Amino acid sequence: MKKLRVLIVDDSSVMRKIVERSLRQAGIEVGEVLEASNGAEALAEVQKSAFDLILSDINMPAMDGLEFLRNLSNIESAKGVPVVMITTEGSEARVVEALSVGARGYIRKPFTPEQVKERIAPLVGGAD
Amino acid sequence: MLGVELQAFPGSFEDRHGEQTAIVGLAGALCGMVAIRCSSPTAEKIAALMLAADAASNPSMIGDALGELCNMVAGNFKSKVSTIADHCMLSMPTVIWGEHYVMQTFQSHEAFEVVLSFEGEPVWFSIVIQT
Repeated sequence: MKKLRVLIVDDSSVMRKIVERSLRQAGIEVGEVLEASNGAEALAEVQKSAFDLILSDINMPAMDGLEFLRNLSNIESAKGVPVVMITTEGSEARVVEALSVGARGYIRKPFTPEQVKERIAPLVGGAD
Repeated sequence: MLGVELQAFPGSFEDRHGEQTAIVGLAGALCGMVAIRCSSPTAEKIAALMLAADAASNPSMIGDALGELCNMVAGNFKSKVSTIADHCMLSMPTVIWGEHYVMQTFQSHEAFEVVLSFEGEPVWFSIVIQT
């Protein structure tokens, strides 16, 4: 099975590492993982190359996750790439807004590898 | 996330030290702070569970891990209160290292502190709300 090329977007370097570790613990077939510390950096990465999965925080400096999602919809190569929001924000309004601008799912911190598997595996067709 | 179940700390913790304190401020509809305090060895164990080999190879990430843990506790605390969830901001996590320091809050406030056991060692969780 093809390993996924993943982009992890979070202003916390610790959280980026936790997310990557959780993906691997969840049994997701992860290949190359790139990191970005805000939405602007993430957009630059998406414009340079293609990804199979994007995981993004909402609250970030420079460009937050919601603005990143809005901009992402204008990039042809990113169309169809599942984006899952991983954030501490748990309010209903933020969830609805993220989903309305293109997010395919939402995981609230703290999370377990089992929760990551449950939410992400159906989107990427792996980790049965 | 750590895969560890915390329980109330059963023994005396008066003589235990909390050399590392992570603080996240609350501002907006609710003002105050959330803090987590523990010993340095406990902070190292927490970081190792969060980051595995990365923590061991980069000691500066131990504080970052404790700060991120505090950020998650604060975020979940505010999201549980539906009336403030969208109107309360979290500050960047701040982590303090050292010994024999005292953390003091000003203004009138309500404070809640619980001491939980992490692998037999105490971890202090505090929420202070300005009233």
